[in-house]
Amino acid sequence: MAEVLVYVDHVDGAVRKPTLELLTLARRIGEPVAVHLGPNAEAAAQVLGEHGAVKVLAADAPEFAEYLVAPKVDALQAAYDAVSPAAVLLPSSTEGKEIGARLAVRIGSGIITDAVDLEAGDEGPVATQSVFAASYTTKSRITKGTPVITVKPNSAAPEAAPAAGTVEQLAVTVADSSKGTKVVSRTPRESTGRPELTEAAIVVSGGRGVNGAENFPVIEALADSLGAAVGASRAAVDAGWYPHTNQVGQTGKSVSPQLYIAAGISGAIQHRAGMQTSKTIVAINKDEEAPIFDLVDYGVVGDLFDVVPALTDEVKTRKG
Amino acid sequence: MSLRIVVCVKYVPDATGDRHFAEDLTVDRDDVDGLLSELDEYAVEQALQIKEAADDAEITVLTVGPEDANDALRKALSMGADKAVHVEDDDLHGTDALGTSLVLAKAIEKTGYDLVVCGMASTDGTMGVLPALLAERLNVPQVTQLSEVSVADGKVTGRRDGDTASEQLEAALPAVVSVTDQSGEARYPSFKGIMAAKKKPVESLDLEDLEIEADEVGLEGAWTKVDGAAERPARTAGTIVKDEGEGGKQLAEFLAGQKFI
Ligand SMILES: Cc1cc2nc3c(=O)[nH]c(=O)nc-3n(C[C@H](O)[C@H](O)[C@H](O)COP(=O)(O)OP(=O)(O)OC[C@H]3O[C@@H](n4cnc5c(N)ncnc54)[C@H](O)[C@@H]3O)c2cc1C
Ligand SMILES: Cc1cc2nc3c(=O)[nH]c(=O)nc-3n(C[C@H](O)[C@H](O)[C@H](O)COP(=O)(O)OP(=O)(O)OC[C@H]3O[C@@H](n4cnc5c(N)ncnc54)[C@H](O)[C@@H]3O)c2cc1C
Repeated sequence: MAEVLVYVDHVDGAVRKPTLELLTLARRIGEPVAVHLGPNAEAAAQVLGEHGAVKVLAADAPEFAEYLVAPKVDALQAAYDAVSPAAVLLPSSTEGKEIGARLAVRIGSGIITDAVDLEAGDEGPVATQSVFAASYTTKSRITKGTPVITVKPNSAAPEAAPAAGTVEQLAVTVADSSKGTKVVSRTPRESTGRPELTEAAIVVSGGRGVNGAENFPVIEALADSLGAAVGASRAAVDAGWYPHTNQVGQTGKSVSPQLYIAAGISGAIQHRAGMQTSKTIVAINKDEEAPIFDLVDYGVVGDLFDVVPALTDEVKTRKG
Repeated sequence: MSLRIVVCVKYVPDATGDRHFAEDLTVDRDDVDGLLSELDEYAVEQALQIKEAADDAEITVLTVGPEDANDALRKALSMGADKAVHVEDDDLHGTDALGTSLVLAKAIEKTGYDLVVCGMASTDGTMGVLPALLAERLNVPQVTQLSEVSVADGKVTGRRDGDTASEQLEAALPAVVSVTDQSGEARYPSFKGIMAAKKKPVESLDLEDLEIEADEVGLEGAWTKVDGAAERPARTAGTIVKDEGEGGKQLAEFLAGQKFI
């Protein structure tokens, strides 16, 4: 069977969930071969093998951390040369898209980004995209070269599929021309202990209606009662009430959870672009005309400072 | 020596309008107004600030798009860019990302550059890959997704706020930069700026000028093919209740019914 390269997104060998989703999708079109760049490939290989990776091509080099993106493109290209895959899949993160794009130029292939589903077709993999703020669903494929496709988080449920997951070292030479952009310093983001926004099953977001940083704990308390991630609208982020890393929308994160709760958010098109594909949508807004109500499965017209704490209490009671 | 800045700007259908696909599954541009992608206003703004901080700099705005894309160039010129290049050719209709990057790269090389500034993503395709594609094609450093950028002593530095870390980046010129909407509010064109823009030069280039064969771009030459586009079915109207003291409880009831609690 044809091999499919899957680019592994991980933090020091801890594989992130979108990669496991990629492995599931990859099995629909061939045999997944994972490409792990950076430390702790052995630890990663265990999880990757459990999810269907027949092989893990591993490389570690200081250049991956010292320079931006390009050295990783060199490595992925080495993996491509070693395997001659039927397709290359990457997560739709900023970096995943950039690595995929540059690889596509090098190997003379087309690229599709932000796929939300993938299936085998007569003429290669067919990708589903959700475009124009999720108002259209398109089906596309790549007609030249080896398909390079980036996939959004939450596009498939990771399935266990035990495979060998044998680690093979990949020889990588980082070109001098790939050392153009130095990473002078790196400040890791502090963990909040909450689930990662793009991966969370439930997201609770607050907007301008939250009316101040000092009120965001109202949103956080509901999120914690549900085991959810916290999101924010750009209005809340621009006002400095919540970090930009939590922004949901066109220029923030795109989320697709099982449940999305929007409190004090009007539902502007740019916000909708980042959350409209959520399975169940709930809104709390005191304005019954707010456009967000056009999207909801359940909406409460009311003051979030009454509704949200009452809901939090109720969730806690029911969960015991 | 003058710092040559090229800003790539895209003409896009207004996101607040009703965007559609045409029969050939390309974007229907007749049905909805076009404008300068809002995210490219941030790129123009940063270029203007880099110019203001430099001794001597010149800003060229560049677009690949149909005749109307001229509007996007005029807007950028009225914000303060010095001149414009418009790549326009009937054979460009339906060009994908790889093709667009080819055309932009050739036009940038023809114009001459020390720094290319892009937006973080277009507001229609929203791929966010063009800057990386350009860096690869031009074989220069990519310094992308910056929320802060400055240029001095032949170097560009900037801050990239990623998922797990915030990085400080540095590269020697020439380089390709892209900036986010966190980089700073874009200025409004002044009346003076709008008047001045009318007199600024707009150079028009076609595929022949760039030595690109028609079959390398357009719908036929595309590396990707859209086989179908379906409008998302309207959501079935949800339940909406007014909070009269029980809103939180009712919502909890709904969430429990859906097995979220
Ligand atoms: C290029 C571009 C990119 C953008 N990217 C994004 C993006 O990524 N994400 C994003 O969110 N936005 C984005 N925006 C901004 C977007 O257009 C809106 O301005 C923004 O989403 C509005 O945020 P909001 O809904 O919180 O605020 P508003 O639109 O001001 O809405 C606040 C809502 O809160 C309600 N409210 C007030 N008080 C209460 C209360 N006590 N209880 C209940 N309800 C209350 C009000 O009725 C109102 O509906 C972008 C804009 C542009 C131009
Ligand atoms: C809904 C939709 C989905 C699409 N999906 C795909 C896909 O999966 N694969 C594919 O190959 N093509 C795709 N395309 C086509 C693609 O959008 C165009 O080829 C496009 O010009 C490049 O991608 P982008 O607009 O997403 O740009 P981005 O990569 O998001 O743009 C980043 C920056 O590049 C610059 N830029 C982009 N386009 C131009 C331009 N024409 N002129 C000047 N500067 C520009 C701007 O500075 C912009 O801010 C899609 C188009 C649409 C409308």
